[in-house]
Amino acid sequence: MTRVRIPPVLRVHVDGQKEVEATGATVGELLRNLTADNVGLSEQLFGEDGGLHRFVNVYLNGQDVRYLQVLDTPVSERDAVIILPAMAGGGAAGGS
Amino acid sequence: MARGPVREVMPAEAAQLIEQGAVLLDTREQHEWNAGYLPGATLLPPAEVVQRVEEVAPDKNRPVVIYCAAGARSMRAALQMASLGYTDVSSMAGGIGLWKSESRPIQMPDSTPAVARNPRYARHLVMPEVGPEGQARLQKSKVLFIGAGGLGSPGLLYLAAAGVGTLGIVDFDVVDLSNLQRQVVHADNRIGMKKTQSATLTIRALNPEVRVVAYDEMLTEENVDRLIAGYDVIIDGTDTFETRYTLNDAAVRAAIPVVHASVFRFEGQLSVFVPYEGPCYRCLYPTPPPPELAPGCSVAGVLGVVPGVMGLLQATEAIKVLLHIGDPLMGRLLIWDALDGSFSEVTLRRDPTCPACGIDAARRQPDAASQPSLATAG
Repeated sequence: MTRVRIPPVLRVHVDGQKEVEATGATVGELLRNLTADNVGLSEQLFGEDGGLHRFVNVYLNGQDVRYLQVLDTPVSERDAVIILPAMAGGGAAGGS
Repeated sequence: MARGPVREVMPAEAAQLIEQGAVLLDTREQHEWNAGYLPGATLLPPAEVVQRVEEVAPDKNRPVVIYCAAGARSMRAALQMASLGYTDVSSMAGGIGLWKSESRPIQMPDSTPAVARNPRYARHLVMPEVGPEGQARLQKSKVLFIGAGGLGSPGLLYLAAAGVGTLGIVDFDVVDLSNLQRQVVHADNRIGMKKTQSATLTIRALNPEVRVVAYDEMLTEENVDRLIAGYDVIIDGTDTFETRYTLNDAAVRAAIPVVHASVFRFEGQLSVFVPYEGPCYRCLYPTPPPPELAPGCSVAGVLGVVPGVMGLLQATEAIKVLLHIGDPLMGRLLIWDALDGSFSEVTLRRDPTCPACGIDAARRQPDAASQPSLATAG
């Protein structure tokens, strides 16, 4: 199992969890397993073409997978995956 | 045997005498002085030596070091002083030219304005990383805040306190009661007041030396180039994707660094986008999410201190960029989780195909300011 950090804006799709575990030999496999039964999360991560949305970045041990092998990047159990979608909040959120 | 009152010393010995408390005189012309002088020197042009030397060096028994450009004028002045009764005058051989060639310190006249002696900045002035020159640099600096809200509030307060000379504020909103949980630049008795006006009042009360420029406008494609022109650093405290992209593209065109932050509930993110040196916001996310996939922020809330912390980290990064100290958070995204009490970091890369700052866009950069937006993707 590899640890996947879920950003605050997507936690609503994973019962509020900050981090979940998933299996997979590659980043793509890992994320597909993670979203297999989760349409909401799947829509947030993947476009209709099956690729990652351009407004979602995935980091493997701090490195953007787009500069590795994208979804084919191999992962191991010791790796840490971070999902980071674009976030707009400026602290005026809720007030202005 | 007593030596005569006048002698010639090499720069090393002059430096020693100065350190031991000798009076230091510079006998050159004003325009030469303006190009730099020895720290602690007093200007006494050759034509004024006889009339004014007793005014600038009243104690004729105190050692004097005098220099000029190369050593000739200072020797003449030293002899004049001896004839006036001075007992210990050293003319520095080789003048400031030799002094400089030995990499000894030179002071620039501009680097010691009044700000360098202002007790308000005493805690800055004693630190070599800031010091008189850094403080003078802050005073000359112009920082633009996009938004005087949760992120902008602490930054405005601390950059004003730090003595940043000009603070621009772009905000069209008025103070609302629900803002005061985190927007600490405003106040309870200013509900309904324009945020730019409220922030200006607070800044004036904290540091009247700061010039505040208020723009009661919403940042748009039409006004962004005008609003950001002339600023050294921009603090992005906006809260919509539209303004973030508008600001990013204009800042890239104008080559102005943007200190970016965003907050959500208990988390904050921070990075510094320095155009053409590191990634820009579009390198990170070329296009915003469609509205139906953009998570709503206003319903999610934010812990008041989170924009406070992130806004102060933005202010810190702005000062680092202005003073060229430390390692700015360029090419790095800092993520702070307030509940975990943890900071983590991911690496951001400049995208060579970025529609705003990529190779094609960069090639056009010299004329970029006069061009229409390069970033129309998405």
